[in-house]
Amino acid sequence: MEFADALLVSIVTASTPLLLAAIGELVVERSGVLNLGVEGMMIMGAVCAFATSLTTGNPYLGILAGIAGGAVMALLFAFLTLGLVANQYATGLALSLLGLGFSGMIGEHYVGTPGVKLPTLDIPVLSDIPVIGDAIFNQDILFYMTIALVFGVSWFLFKSRTGLILRSVGENHNSAHALGYNVNRVRLYAVLFGGVCSGLSGSYLSLVYTNLWIENMTAGRGWIALALVVFASWLPWRTIAGAYLFGAVLILQFHAQGAGWEVPSQLLSALPYLATIVALVFISRNRTVARVNTPSCLGQSFVPDR
Amino acid sequence: MTSVPLLEAKGLTKRFGTLLANDAVDLVVQPGEIHALLGENGAGKSTLVKMLYGSLEPTAGEIIWKGKKVHLKDPAEARKLGIGMVFQHFSLFDSMTVVENIALALPKGQKMSDLAKRIEQVSNEYGLPLKANNLVADLSVGERQRIEIVRCLLQDPQLIIMDEPTSVLTPQEAELLFKTLLRLASEGRSILYISHRLEEVQRICDTATILRHGKLVAQCTPSQETASSLASLMVGSSVKSVEREKADLSNAPVRLQLEHLDLPASGPFAIELKDICLSLKGGEVVAIAGVAGNGQSELFDAISGERATLADAVVIDGQKVGNKSITIRRKLGAAFVPEERLSHAVVPSLRLSENVLLTRHGSDVPSMTRKGMFIKRTKTGKVGQRIAENFDIRKGEPDPNAGSLSGGNLQKFVVGREIDRSPTILIVSQPTWGVDAGAAALIRQALIDLARKGTAVLVISQDLDEIFEIADRIAVINKGSLSEAKPVEEMTLERVGLLMGGVHGDAPDDVDLSIPAKATPEDGGSNAA
Repeated sequence: MEFADALLVSIVTASTPLLLAAIGELVVERSGVLNLGVEGMMIMGAVCAFATSLTTGNPYLGILAGIAGGAVMALLFAFLTLGLVANQYATGLALSLLGLGFSGMIGEHYVGTPGVKLPTLDIPVLSDIPVIGDAIFNQDILFYMTIALVFGVSWFLFKSRTGLILRSVGENHNSAHALGYNVNRVRLYAVLFGGVCSGLSGSYLSLVYTNLWIENMTAGRGWIALALVVFASWLPWRTIAGAYLFGAVLILQFHAQGAGWEVPSQLLSALPYLATIVALVFISRNRTVARVNTPSCLGQSFVPDR
Repeated sequence: MTSVPLLEAKGLTKRFGTLLANDAVDLVVQPGEIHALLGENGAGKSTLVKMLYGSLEPTAGEIIWKGKKVHLKDPAEARKLGIGMVFQHFSLFDSMTVVENIALALPKGQKMSDLAKRIEQVSNEYGLPLKANNLVADLSVGERQRIEIVRCLLQDPQLIIMDEPTSVLTPQEAELLFKTLLRLASEGRSILYISHRLEEVQRICDTATILRHGKLVAQCTPSQETASSLASLMVGSSVKSVEREKADLSNAPVRLQLEHLDLPASGPFAIELKDICLSLKGGEVVAIAGVAGNGQSELFDAISGERATLADAVVIDGQKVGNKSITIRRKLGAAFVPEERLSHAVVPSLRLSENVLLTRHGSDVPSMTRKGMFIKRTKTGKVGQRIAENFDIRKGEPDPNAGSLSGGNLQKFVVGREIDRSPTILIVSQPTWGVDAGAAALIRQALIDLARKGTAVLVISQDLDEIFEIADRIAVINKGSLSEAKPVEEMTLERVGLLMGGVHGDAPDDVDLSIPAKATPEDGGSNAA
């Protein structure tokens, strides 16, 4: 494999978990819910996927377990914020902390044990294309799913009726309620979808990216995913650009460190985060696009009066 | 022939906690009639229709539709029966297009492109032209209401409920709406028309049901009643009319001056203020009319100092304060009453005496605080008490939390707090919004009395009746520009309406002001503006 091939493959691998988590959170936020628990849901997905695949030897069962891990956390979040009308910000933060701690407990036995790697699915002919072939057409099932998800979510939000209802709930929950939509039920499904995506993202980390279980292995990727949603101005297509920009900077700084640049390695490690902040600032400058797409009810609880 | 009523409500009751919003209300709507539901703010009109539309569940009572008892578990159920509703505060989604907004209210299974065609066809047919792919945020209030009506019509309803439809319209737009309503009634549809405007009810409604404090007080034929008999049924007693003498401004000093005031828009859906000029003398009441969302709140923010402008754009008693803080403006004798009383004018969880200090911490330092550091509680308490007495504020305990007062009483407190300071300039936004008739009359009288003592009073209001009742001069704000303030004697309702719609300057003779007024229901609605 040539250097460019390898570089591209590693960038795609670094970006996929971010894209997965971000596309899930994008749907959640479009319904008007701010889920700051992405990090916790991801790491629960990671540990469940790792443990299950190791015990059963089947990475696909691991993925299912990862989905379940994220979904259970999402259900808890939905119960607290939609059922009990707890503050979304506080609940999300608490779930992130809970997930980090709880996953550490579950994963204690697995530290340092090599996991089961998710096999790649080689698409014949296409994967032989130079440079991009390996990066795009010789990947695992999660990568293909991720790309399909971005297509699917984009179609769902802007072309389907259910997507229109979901957006209306996030835009003005009082009006949506007045028209007869069950605001909190729509939000429950959105939050569950977000949990599933976070769980998938976590599975990808422990089954593909590291293939090891390490405590706190999400390392803030959940927060980056949250930032990506804003970066994307709540438009699915833009999350791809955001995720790959971040992934590229992350990988390039590894190579820069390896090449022995005369820059403190801490500064290079911080580069992806700096790049995210800079990109966010530039995106926020175009307030019109941001305002039109920002769900107006983001972060607000809804209690119907009946 | 006795026809079966389209809709009948028997003993409908709705209780929110301890509040009885509707107490055994009966209502009968016949096919093809325009039925008025009259009542003051807080009389329970909105609660009643929300039950009829299925968005509130009745505590007791039953709803009978075409002779059959029905249970409306949600609005979709009501729509299926043929009940449509046009909301007072529109249930629209700003960042979506017209067609998306309408699709949300219709049953599934329609292609967007077909729907867009139908929208344009139906809206033109009824004289309410709409472009299906426009973004709601870019539309005027009148156009937004059209969306609601067209959305309602596409469901082919037999009963259309309209909650205060004209409260957001210019007189001309209202005229157009009446034509549409009469046409709909002639097609055999019934309309339940909620309003507190007696004049329009008398003009277009066949029957009326009157509510007061959640109870049914009368059912009558509006055309056989007088405006004052309807009013006393609504209010329960006769309301004192406001007394006003002409102001003598010959030696009055200019108190407030706005000179070429510009203010950029704060966001994509916000209004930009453009070259606003206005000067107020001590002793007069100047009112600014306009449809909501044409820059009123921006103008208030610029005058009060919530948003800074160039220094010389706002001049108080000769001092340039455009870039100065609210406190500095208050110290110069200005007082401000913002529009949102609960979220802006008071802190609901603080006591009245504490809320007194909130707007007077700068101007009343010696009297209300010790060296500006500690609150003199007895003093603020006394001021609170004085305001309560002067403005007839009904409260349960001596010094309650502001949030526990009813809307009318709280508004009296908010206005009273500023008047109690004897300001030299008073800026009031929507002084009687959502306030009952008695409290409204008291507040309006207080504003006039204050002006006659030498204060310059600026009132920003959407209520044209109120404006004509209290103002000495009237200006109209439209799309961020302000028309020249003209004496009330030179202004008519029609002329203000035209200015609200955007014809600036002197209404020239070649503008036929009588077009909307002359239009008769028989013309149909095809030649809409």
